[in-house]
Amino acid sequence: MRHFLYAASAVAAFATPIAAETIAITGGRVVVGDGSAPIERGTVVIRDGKIIAAGANVAVPAGARKIDATGNWVTPGVFAGFTRLGLSEVDAVNGTNDKSGGKSGFSAAIDVAPAIDPFRSSFAINRAAGVTRAVVAPEAADNIFAGQGAIADLGADSNPVTKARAFQFAEFGEDGAASAGGSRAGTHLHFRAMLREAQDYAAGRGTFDDDLLKAEDAKALLSVLKGETRLLIHVEGANDMLRLMELKREFPAIKMVFVGVSEGWRVARELAQAGIPVVASALNDLPATFEMLGATQSNIGRMKDAGVQVAIGMINDRDSHQLRYTTQYAGNIVGLQYVPGATGLTWDEAFSAISSVPAEIMGVGDRLGSLKAGRAADVVVWDGDPLELSSAAIAVIIDGIEQPLANRQNRLRDRYARPTEGDLPKAYDR
Amino acid sequence: MKSNLLWSILAAPLALMACSNADGPKTASATPASAPAEKVPAPFPSTYKAYPGVATAIRNVTIYDGEGGKIDNGVVFMTSGKISSVGGPDTIIPPGVNVVDGAGKFVTPGIIDIHSHLGNYPSPSVEAHSDGNEATSPTTPEVWAEHSVWPQDPGFSRALANGGVTALQVLPGSANLMGGRSVVLKNVYARTVQGMKFPDAPYGLKMACGENPKRVYGSKGRMPSTRMGNIAVNRQTWIQAQEYKKKRDSGKEYTRDLGMETLAGVLDGDISIQNHCYRADEMALVLDMAKEFGYKVSTFHHAVESYKIADLLRDNKVCSAVWADWWGFKMEAYDAIPENAAILHNAGACVIIHSDDENQIQRLNQEAAKAQADGRRMGFNISDAEVIKWLTYNPAKALGISDKTGSLKAGKMADVVLWNGNPLSVYARPDKVWIDGALMFDASNPKIRPVSDFELGQPGEGDVK
Repeated sequence: MRHFLYAASAVAAFATPIAAETIAITGGRVVVGDGSAPIERGTVVIRDGKIIAAGANVAVPAGARKIDATGNWVTPGVFAGFTRLGLSEVDAVNGTNDKSGGKSGFSAAIDVAPAIDPFRSSFAINRAAGVTRAVVAPEAADNIFAGQGAIADLGADSNPVTKARAFQFAEFGEDGAASAGGSRAGTHLHFRAMLREAQDYAAGRGTFDDDLLKAEDAKALLSVLKGETRLLIHVEGANDMLRLMELKREFPAIKMVFVGVSEGWRVARELAQAGIPVVASALNDLPATFEMLGATQSNIGRMKDAGVQVAIGMINDRDSHQLRYTTQYAGNIVGLQYVPGATGLTWDEAFSAISSVPAEIMGVGDRLGSLKAGRAADVVVWDGDPLELSSAAIAVIIDGIEQPLANRQNRLRDRYARPTEGDLPKAYDR
Repeated sequence: MKSNLLWSILAAPLALMACSNADGPKTASATPASAPAEKVPAPFPSTYKAYPGVATAIRNVTIYDGEGGKIDNGVVFMTSGKISSVGGPDTIIPPGVNVVDGAGKFVTPGIIDIHSHLGNYPSPSVEAHSDGNEATSPTTPEVWAEHSVWPQDPGFSRALANGGVTALQVLPGSANLMGGRSVVLKNVYARTVQGMKFPDAPYGLKMACGENPKRVYGSKGRMPSTRMGNIAVNRQTWIQAQEYKKKRDSGKEYTRDLGMETLAGVLDGDISIQNHCYRADEMALVLDMAKEFGYKVSTFHHAVESYKIADLLRDNKVCSAVWADWWGFKMEAYDAIPENAAILHNAGACVIIHSDDENQIQRLNQEAAKAQADGRRMGFNISDAEVIKWLTYNPAKALGISDKTGSLKAGKMADVVLWNGNPLSVYARPDKVWIDGALMFDASNPKIRPVSDFELGQPGEGDVK
C-alpha cells in the first residue's frame, strides 16, 4: 500500500500531499469507530502512516506536528461499504464509464483494479467529504458473476488500490435472473455449473469448448470456491436469501456477503445463524421491485438486533459519485430511534457501520476502518457531528498523509460566488 | 435504492418501447368544434374534499412560517381546515380545542415538491406502470400527466410519513420538448386521481431542454437531434400556437386541438411553464424564446447551472428548482455544485429544492439543510426560516397556489407538519402531518398512516417504513 506521489506538474488540479509524518491530533471528541462511545478531549497519534494510539491519556510524541481539534470531532475516515468509485466520470458518457466489462466475453475474471482512476473527479469530491476508503465492485452484464472488486483509498496519489481482487461480485434475484436467461432457476443452475467447471479446471478436466467459463474465469472462481476470496452477492428478496443460504450449505467454504438486502429483516435470524454479514442499503423503504416488497428503513436495526453483522452500502444508488451520502444515510438510521415503532441504530453503532464494520466484513478490519493502534491512519477532523447535515470535514488524512480538499466543484463555486462578470469574462477568473 | 434517474437520463429506452411513429410537431386529437369557445366546465375536475379535522392548537413549539418568519415558543391554531392564528406564547387558544404540546418540536407548513413522478413512474418500477413519457413525438402538449397517475403508488405514503409532503406537482417526463400538462395533487390517497387533485390549482406545461429530447428523437433519426433542432421545433410549434390562439379569439369557427389548447393556455398566462433545463446557456436561450412568443417561464427544473446566471434569473423572476448536490450522471449535469442554491439565494433569485425522485422526496428537508450548510461555508448565512421557504412558499408560488397553501398564514389551508426536532437536522422526522386541518399522519398512531391497496396484505404492510 505504498503511495507513489505523482509530480505536481503532471496534475495541476491536485496539490501533492506531503509525505507521511508524525501527527498528534489533540483536544477533539474522538470516535474510535468500533462502536465504543466517543472520548472527550482525546488525542490521536499517527506515525509512519499508522495509528499509534487514540484515547484520553495519550502522550504527544516529541516533534509531532500538532493539529488542534478542540471543539471538533475526530473519527476514522468513512469506509464506503459498496460503491463503483472511480469507474465513471460521467455515467451517461460511455467512454468514461468502466462499470461493466461484461460484454468482453469474460465474467468472473474481470478485475476492476486497473479501471479505478484516482484522477476522476469523484475521488477529490468524496475525499473532501471525509470518505477515505471504498469497496469498489464491477457491474454485471451477461453473467451472474460480474468479476473481481477491489478496496480503494481516496488519497490524492496515483495508486488508488489498497487491495486488488479483494472479492468476487455476483448478481442474484431479479438482476441475476436477467443475466442467467430470465429465471431464478437459471441463476442457481448457472451458479452450480460454473463452480463445477471451476473444479474441473482445477482437476485439469476443463475443456472450455462449450463451457460457460473461460480459463481465466475458472481460475477466479476457484479462489471463491476455496474461500480464499469473498463472494459479495447482490440480493434483495427474502426467498432469494433463503435459497442462497442453502447454496452456502452446499458449498460451505464459500465466504458469502449479501449486498442490498432490502428484505433482510424477514430472514434476520437465519442470516445471523448462517454467519452471513450484510452490506445493506440504508434507506430503501419502497417496493421498488417485487423482491423489495418488504423494504423498510428499520431493516438495518432489526438485523443488528438479531445478531447480523451489518455495514452500510449504496449499491446502484449513485454509487460512483455520491459516496458522500454515506454519513447522511447513517444519520437517518440514528434518527429512526426517535420514531415510535421504528428500529434504528445508536450513534456509535451507526458510525461503526460506516467505518470498522465494513472493513471487518471485507477481512481487513485489522488494517483499516478504525482508530485502533496499528490501523492505517485514515483520520478525519470534522467541524461538528459527522453524521449531521450541517457538518463538514475540515482535515482528511489518508495513510498518515494530510490530503488536499480542493476539487473542481469548489473551483466553480469560487468562480461564480458572484455570478455577474467583471472586467474580463469568467473564463479568466481563476 | 435503484437510483431513479429514469426520466432524467434514460428516456431513450422508454422511447424505444413506444410504438407510434407520429410525425413532427403536430398535435393529436384534432376534433371539429364550434366556435366561439364557450365556457364549459374544465374536464376531470377535482373531487378532493378535506377530511374532517378537529380544531387543534399546537403550542410551545418553534415555528417556521414558510415565508421566512420564525417564532419561538409559538402557537399554531387551526380550525375548519384552515389556519386561524399563528403567534407567540400569548396567542389565545380557545377553550375545549385539541391541544398538542410541541415542546422541543418544530412546525412548518406542509412540504411541497414541485417535481415529482409519483403516480406516473410509481413503485414498483415496472414497465406496465411507466406512464411518464409519451415519447412518440417531440411535442405532446396534448397529454395530461393526471391521466397517467396511479393513485395507489406506495410512494405517496412515504413522502407523507418521512417527508411531510402535503402537495406535489406530478410532471410528464423529459423525453419531449413539450411533454404535456402537469397536475398538482394533495398528498392524500383517493380511489381516483380526481380525488387527489389540488382544487383550482393552475396547470403547468412541462418542457425540456438539452440532452434528453435530442437523444430520444435523434436516435430515431428524427428531428430534433441537436440543441439547435430543439429550439427550432419549439419555435415552430409556438408559431402554430399563436395562430391557433388568434383563430380561437377571432370568434369564427375553428377546430379544437388538445395540444394547441394547452399552448394557447400558456400564451393566455393560465398555464405555467415548468422547464427541465440543466445548462445556464440553454436557460438563457429559453428566456429569449419566451420573450419572442410572449410567455413566461415559471421555473427551471434541475437547473444545476443556475448559479452561473443567478443575476439573469433574478432579473427575469424565474425560480430554479434544484437538487442539493446531484452531479455527474450525465454531461449536462457535470458542472453541478452543492452551492447552487446558496449562490442563487444570495443573488436574490428564487430557490426551490425539488426531488424528481421517490426517495429524496422523503428528505427534501435534509437536501435543503445540506445546501444551506454549503452556503454557510462560503460565507452565505441563510437562516433556517429562509431555507424552509425553499420547500414551502417558493414552490407554492411557482405553482400558483401560494394564496391557498405554502405558509402558515391565517385563512390558508391548514397544511401543517409537526417535526420531532429541527427539520434541518438529519435526526428529525415528522411527528404529525395535517392536510386541510385533518390529521393524515401520526407517528404515534399506526392507524393514522396510509397503506395503499398495492401494499395491503403484503410483507411489512403498514409497517414502520
